[in-house]
Amino acid sequence: MPLINAQGCPLPDPWLLISDQEGIPESDAIVVPIRRWCAERERLIARQARTGLVLKSGEDVTEILPDLAHVHLIALEFPKFTDGRHYSTARLLRERHGYKGELRAVGAVLLDQLEFLQRCGFDTFVLVKEGAGEAVPGAFRQFSVVYQPAADERIRAGELRKADRTDHEQSRICVGSWAY
Amino acid sequence: MALQAITANRLIDGAVVYLSAEGAWVPSIASAALAESEDDAAGLTAAGERAIAERAVIAPYLIEIERGPDGIRPKRHREQLRALGPSVSFGRPAAV
Amino acid sequence: MYRYDSYDRQLVQERVEQFRGQVQRRLSGELTEEEFKPLRLMNGLYLQLHAYMLRVAIPYGTLSSTQLRTLAHIARRYDKGYGHFTTRQNLQFNWPSLADTPDILAELAEVEMHAIQTSGNCIRNVTADHFAGAAAGEVEDPRIWCEIIRQWSTFHPEFSFLPRKFKIAVTATDRDRAALRVHDIGLKLLRDHRGIGFEVMVGGGQGRTPALAKTIRPYLSAEHLLSYLEAILRTYNLLGRRDNLYKARIKILVDAVGPAEFARLVEEEWRQIPQDRVDLPEAEIRRIRAFFAQPPFETVPQLDPEFELLRRGDRAFARWVKSNTAAHKQPGYAIVTLSLKPHGGIPGDATSEQMDAIADLADTYSFGEIRVTHEQNLALVHVRQRDLFALWQALIPLDLATPNIGLATDIIACPGLDYCSLANARSIPVAQRISLALQDLDRLGAIGELKIKISGCINACGHHHVGHIGILGVDKKGEEFYQVTLGGSGDETAAIGEIVGPAFSSDRVVWAVATVIETYLARRSGPEERFLDAYRRLGPDPFKEALYAAH
Repeated sequence: MPLINAQGCPLPDPWLLISDQEGIPESDAIVVPIRRWCAERERLIARQARTGLVLKSGEDVTEILPDLAHVHLIALEFPKFTDGRHYSTARLLRERHGYKGELRAVGAVLLDQLEFLQRCGFDTFVLVKEGAGEAVPGAFRQFSVVYQPAADERIRAGELRKADRTDHEQSRICVGSWAY
Repeated sequence: MALQAITANRLIDGAVVYLSAEGAWVPSIASAALAESEDDAAGLTAAGERAIAERAVIAPYLIEIERGPDGIRPKRHREQLRALGPSVSFGRPAAV
Repeated sequence: MYRYDSYDRQLVQERVEQFRGQVQRRLSGELTEEEFKPLRLMNGLYLQLHAYMLRVAIPYGTLSSTQLRTLAHIARRYDKGYGHFTTRQNLQFNWPSLADTPDILAELAEVEMHAIQTSGNCIRNVTADHFAGAAAGEVEDPRIWCEIIRQWSTFHPEFSFLPRKFKIAVTATDRDRAALRVHDIGLKLLRDHRGIGFEVMVGGGQGRTPALAKTIRPYLSAEHLLSYLEAILRTYNLLGRRDNLYKARIKILVDAVGPAEFARLVEEEWRQIPQDRVDLPEAEIRRIRAFFAQPPFETVPQLDPEFELLRRGDRAFARWVKSNTAAHKQPGYAIVTLSLKPHGGIPGDATSEQMDAIADLADTYSFGEIRVTHEQNLALVHVRQRDLFALWQALIPLDLATPNIGLATDIIACPGLDYCSLANARSIPVAQRISLALQDLDRLGAIGELKIKISGCINACGHHHVGHIGILGVDKKGEEFYQVTLGGSGDETAAIGEIVGPAFSSDRVVWAVATVIETYLARRSGPEERFLDAYRRLGPDPFKEALYAAH
């Protein structure tokens, strides 16, 4: 399952996933579970190579917030695609805590979640199933209109309407099928 | 072992269907293939799995059947309703 | 009512195309049922006992005559000629095929309708007082805010995979016709020296663990509604339980941490939200508000003399006026409820023919607008008094004039085991039998206000917890039994009904209801004392004794 970006293009993935027990290589980009980051933060921050961390659903980001400038990748792992906690976590990392590194969606990630994931601040994705191929880029832009702000740059309809309202529309009153 | 049949809903339109002795998924429970042994039941279940893979049905499961004076019918009340349709006459404005 | 602009239309059409693609991928096998199910649920397509069921959203229960005609057409073309109006102001079609559903959604999109988020663990249809815009004493039309919430919550990228479904209701009067206290969030519009605002209630719900919502904020300035909702939803999304389907609603969370702590968590989150970014611009609020301006009422006297004459002269008409009409804020107008509870009929069902006829009547008598109530009836809310007689006469042959609104045969019943794969027992036949047993109109009037609500399982779609008499169908060793609760209420004096005792068999449940009514009639302080008030005064004991004491 290739890593893809928010345009749906495959990316090379240099990151090594290191478990709790494994030794820490010095010159690779590595991803560790958040627990391990908290336990060995000085050592991990001091590394020359890039370090990232992975969170499961329900794991709390609070402890690593002071370290965000040193984190190059955060992977949020979805146990089931119906578990939506990471959508909030992603938005908070981006919009509240100013996280600028790579935010990756891993685990149970399907084509149909890509647009929402990207709106919440994810910029890379590992789909759980192969073969979506041509459908992938389109999956990021199934809707040309959004109704609410999120972590992305898209402007909500409410703001766009301000820009293109006419006096005529303002004066219409509509009841049922009738417009006055 | 109690008599069993296998039922499911057709993927395309959600209709209630039963696996017949001929291996077709049919709306009438009267034509349902009956399993009298564990092996037979396993065969029904396998047919259900195949039908899922062929995208013919969803959610197949075994049901218990009893023989009555008017033929076979499901044991469970819920399955009786599934076989017969709603017990209320719908689509008419007037009272029952 | 709100009319789509190009943005709204675009979104709905794109959703149709998205779903068409998802259906194709399901039929081709690219998506398994497990992957497809949450996707079809987010378009309101369930698999029920006999077939798929499509739940069409009717935002805050408001329909134009054009939209109602389209629903009639869809029922005829793709279904079996009827639809079912629900307790959340939506419509259900019971027999659509999966293959047809994209076309059905396309036809709905043509008339600014959809089935978006009518199922799934997302924010559902935002419901409102069904007399909005017509009832006296309104702060302003609550549907303005329903539409604002509707748009904000549609395809909300953060809140589409919540622990469980999420239901919001809005009212704007002291009388609560939308059952705020049994919603996940209930919003009551109010006005004080600070301006328009909301009392915010959180954590109500029915089902396995019924609960009444707690007020976490007595006043929230209306302009901050969306940012505050974001704070509540985010708190719920992160902290709501994900391990147990039956413990996943927000009511469980509010109860677990306590309302005060929950309020504190929300306030803390809200303080950190960039409100000017999330809240709707004032100009957009104004734009939406304009769609709910008052229709061009005529200036007529408070009481139409001809209407008054007819009312005095025709007993049947007078009876219908008394039960099926309500006072309108505009002099000379009335609110009319169309009863979808003909005696012995299926509560809440309407045929295509009825829908078409109602659409015509709406055009003639009520500015082309129809409302869906929370009690499975329809309403025409802006009828001139002088038109009431003609309207009534038109409703009679359509079987929509049963004079029983709010009375004992105005029963709410979920589809139950006749339709629903979640049910343990049938509810419709029980409603029919009770209705036939109580159909004497004089007696019905004498009994007075009595809300009987029947659910076929603990999910409580029939709202039995807030029935004056609530009936819950259960399965006891393969047989249908019915548990009776008393004293529930969904209005501003909200209460969860109390179980009276062991469940009754199907044979005995009608007797049980009749016995409860007899007991009430015998013990009430007078004909003006409603059932609910008598129950609150007397308590359950006289009823328990009548039902269970050995004879």
